Amino acid sequence: MSVKVLMPALSPTMEKGNLKRWLKKEGDNVKSGDVLAEIETDKATMEVEAVDEGILAKILVPAGSDDVPVNKEIALIAEEGEDPKALASNAPAAQSAPSQVAPVVMASASHAVGAPAPSVAKPEAPGKARLFASPLARRLAKQAGLVLAKVTGSGPHGRIIERDVKAALAAPAPVSVLAFAPPSGPAEPALSDAAIKQYFAPDSYVEVPHDMMRKTIARRLVEAVNTIPHFYLTIDCELDALLKLRGEINKSAPKAQDGTPAYKISVNDMIIKALALALVAVPKANVTFTENAMLQHRHADVAVAVAIPDGLITPVIRQADTLPLSAIANAMRDFAARAKDHKLKPEEYQGGVSAVSNLGMFGIKEFAAVINPPQSSILAIGMGEERAIVKNGAIVAANVMSATMSFDHRAIDGATGAELIAAFKRAIENPLTMLVV
Amino acid sequence: MAEPFDVLIIGGGPGGYVAAIRAAQLGLRTALVEREHLGGICLNWGCIPTKALLRSAEMFHYAKHASDYGLVIEGKVGFDSAALTTRSRKISAQLNSGVGFLLKKNKVDVIWGEAMIAKAGEVTVSKPTKPPMEPQNPVPKGTLGEGTYQAKNVVIATGARPRVLPGIEPDGTLIWTYFEAMLPNVLPKSLIVAGSGAIGVEFASFYRSFGAEVTLVEVLPRILPAEDAEIAAHAHKRFEKQGIKILAGTKVVKVEKTAVGVVATAEDAQGASRTLKAERLISAVGVVGNVEDLGLESLGVKSERGVIATDGHGRTNVAGLYAIGDVAGPPMLAHKAEHEGVICVEAIAGLAPHPLERAMIPSCTYCNPQIASVGLTEEAARAAGYELKIGRVPFIGNGKAIALGEPDGLTRTIFDAKTGRLLGAHMIGAEVTELIQGFVVAMNCETTEAELMNTIFPHPTLSETMHESVLDAYGRAIHI
Repeated sequence: MSVKVLMPALSPTMEKGNLKRWLKKEGDNVKSGDVLAEIETDKATMEVEAVDEGILAKILVPAGSDDVPVNKEIALIAEEGEDPKALASNAPAAQSAPSQVAPVVMASASHAVGAPAPSVAKPEAPGKARLFASPLARRLAKQAGLVLAKVTGSGPHGRIIERDVKAALAAPAPVSVLAFAPPSGPAEPALSDAAIKQYFAPDSYVEVPHDMMRKTIARRLVEAVNTIPHFYLTIDCELDALLKLRGEINKSAPKAQDGTPAYKISVNDMIIKALALALVAVPKANVTFTENAMLQHRHADVAVAVAIPDGLITPVIRQADTLPLSAIANAMRDFAARAKDHKLKPEEYQGGVSAVSNLGMFGIKEFAAVINPPQSSILAIGMGEERAIVKNGAIVAANVMSATMSFDHRAIDGATGAELIAAFKRAIENPLTMLVV
Repeated sequence: MAEPFDVLIIGGGPGGYVAAIRAAQLGLRTALVEREHLGGICLNWGCIPTKALLRSAEMFHYAKHASDYGLVIEGKVGFDSAALTTRSRKISAQLNSGVGFLLKKNKVDVIWGEAMIAKAGEVTVSKPTKPPMEPQNPVPKGTLGEGTYQAKNVVIATGARPRVLPGIEPDGTLIWTYFEAMLPNVLPKSLIVAGSGAIGVEFASFYRSFGAEVTLVEVLPRILPAEDAEIAAHAHKRFEKQGIKILAGTKVVKVEKTAVGVVATAEDAQGASRTLKAERLISAVGVVGNVEDLGLESLGVKSERGVIATDGHGRTNVAGLYAIGDVAGPPMLAHKAEHEGVICVEAIAGLAPHPLERAMIPSCTYCNPQIASVGLTEEAARAAGYELKIGRVPFIGNGKAIALGEPDGLTRTIFDAKTGRLLGAHMIGAEVTELIQGFVVAMNCETTEAELMNTIFPHPTLSETMHESVLDAYGRAIHI
C-alpha cells in the first residue's frame, strides 16, 4: 500500500505554504526521519520528515510551487514490495486508490504548537481556501457592498447563508475610537496592482514578487493599524549605570579553554529584561486584549524584533522576567542566527505580551512602532548617546536614550502606560535590580 | 419502579413514529404510545390509502381513454368498488406493519393504549375510549400495556381529526368524513363535497372519475384557497370540464337526511339560499388538533384553538413537554410533522438542529390534475411588499407533456425582482407532485434565478417547464 505525503500544517492558522525544494528525488530510498522537502510558511522554513520507509515513487508537487494548500498530496512513497514505477505511472489515479496517509512530522517543530496564533485574519480551518456561501447570500452581500469573507457562516459546514448576511448588515458598524481608525474593519487595497504600476514607466523598476513573509507582514500590519487604537508615550533613560554594569558583567564572564566567554550581554538584552521586570511590576499593563476579557499574565513574554535580510521576525523570550541576563543573551544569539536562515519554529515567534524594537544601531534618535497582535504594546528604542542634561542646577554629560512605547488603548490606558514606562526607566537606571529579581 | 424513558412520544403517526426512530438512533431510551394504528391517519386513513384510490381512478381514466393512445380494449371498461377498497386497505396494512418493523428494529418500546399526562414526567396509559375506525390492522406483537410510565421528556404527537361544523355533523352513513369516504363499498351516484382544500378536491376528483355527480362547495370566493390564484383558476376550469359542479363563495348551512340521501341548504355571500340534493355529503372543512383528554389544562400548557404553542424546536411552555405535527399548528401535513419530530428529538438529545422553515414546506394535492406548490403565492408575495418577476409556462409547449397526452398544465415561478430569490413555485398538471421538489431544494440552497437558469434540466421531461418558467420570469423563455 502506498503512503501519501501531505502538505503539513505547520501552525494552526496555516492554510497554504510554498514548497521550496525537494531534498529527495524520485526513486530515492527514504527511511523514517529523512528530510524529504523544505516548506516555507509565512515566517519560517520547515523541513518535512518521512515517517515511513520506502521509495519516493512520485513527487506530485514540484519544488518552487507557491501556495500549496495544507493537506494536498505532495508525494507518494512506495512501501516494501510495491513497484514504485507502477505507482508513479498511476499517480493521478492514486488519489482515489486506497492508501494510508502518512503522518508528517516537522524536523524543527515536532511538538504541538501551543502559542496563540499570531494571525489576525479571520480564523479559518486549515486548508479552507474556498468561501462557502449560498448564491442568495453572495448576491445580497454584493448588493450591499459587504465583504463576504468577514461574515461568519451559520449554515451547514459553516456555509454563509442569507440570515448571516442580514445579521452582518444589521450589526452596528464598529465605532471609530480614534480619528485614524477607519469606519469599518481593515481597508481593502485602495488601488489595484495595475493602477499603481501605471504611475511608473514599465522599464523603470524591477518587480520582485512577495514572499510569504512580506505578505504576512503587509496583512498583519494593516490589520494592526486598523484595529488597534494606538497611543504613544516617550521617556528618556540615562544609561551610564547600565553601561558600567554591563562592562563589569561581561568582563567577569567565565571563559572556555579557547577563550570564548560563557556569555556576552548586550544593551538590548538588558532592555528586554528591564521591560519584563516593568511588565510584572505593573500587572495592568501586562495584559492581552480579547473581545470578552483581558488576559492578565503571570509572567512577561517579551518579543524582540529581529531584522533579517528580506523582512523581519519577532522571536519571543518566554518568561523573560524569570531569566537571568545570561540566558536572555544566549537565547537571543540563537534566535538571531536561526532567524536569518528562516529556521525559527512557529511557537518561537508567536504570541508575546509586549515587544522590543531597537533601531539605535542605525543612529535613530526616537521612533514609534506598530503593535504586533496579540501583543498590547511595543517599545521602540532609539540610539544611546551622550547628551547635555541638567542635574542639580548644573549641565553635565550623560548617556541617554529615548524610548517610545506604543500602547493598545483597548487594553491599556494612558496612566497605566505611563506607569509601565516609568517602571522601565527605573530598571534601566537602577540596573542592579536586573541581577537580583 | 422501572428506569424512566428518555423520551416518550404520544401518537404513532408520521410525526410520532419518525421522532421515535430518530430518538432511538440518537441513543435515547424511547417509548411510543399508540391507541389505534401505527402510521396514524396519514398511513391508515389519509395520504396513503387515498393515493391508492386515486391511482385506481387514474387507471380507470386511462382505460376509458385507451383509444386516444392507439390501444383497443375489447368490451366495457368497468370497476369493482369493493376491490378498489380492498387494494387501498392492503397497501395501508403493508405500510402499517412496516412501521411496526422499523420501531422494533430500532428498539422503540411501543405502548398500546390511550395516554394521559398525569404530571410532568409521568404518563398514564389506559384502554382507548374512542372506538377505532374499522377495519384496523392487528395490534403489533410485543407491545407494553396499560400502566403508568415515567419519562424525562414527553412529546405530544397526537395529530388531528376532521373538523365538525354545526349543521353538518358527520353520521358515518349519509354525512361522511374522509374515513367513510375512503371505504366506498357502494359508490354514490351523487355527492356534495363541502370544502375545497386538498381533501375535498381529492375526493371530488376520485368520485367524479367513477361517474358520481359531484358538487364542490367552498365558502371562500374561490376553490383551493391556499393555492396561487392562477393555479386555482386553472383547476377550477379543469374540474368544471370534467363535470364537477363548483359553488364558490357558498356555505352549507344545514343538511337534512332523507331515506335516499341528503338535502343540503347552501347560502351564497349575498344570503341567497339554494337546495342541493345528493346521496351523500362529504364534510372536508379541515382538521383540528387532538389536544383533549391529555391532561394539558392541568399542566398549564399554553394552546390556542387546538394548537399547542411551541418554539422552533417543539418545546411547549412546560419544561420536558414538547408538541409536534398537527397539534403544533398548520400546515397540517405529514412531512411537516416528520421534520418537526426529528428537530424536536435532536434538540432533546442536545444536538443543534436547524429550526423548521415554514416558508419552505411544500404542499401536494393529488386531484386530477395534480397541484403542487412551495413558498409564497403571488398574492402573498405582493402583500409582503416584494417587487416580483413572475414566470409562467403552460405544459402545451412541453414535448413530454404532449407525448404523455397531458398537455394541460402550468408552472409558475415567483421571484423577488431585487435579489433574484425564488419566493414561490406553483404547478398544476401531470406528475407535478413529483416535480415540485426541484424547487424546494433550490429554495433551501438559497439559489437565485441565475443558478436555476444555469441548471440543465433533462429532455424530454415535464421538468423542462420548471426551467422555462424561470427563464420566462426574466424574459428569456425559448418555447413560449
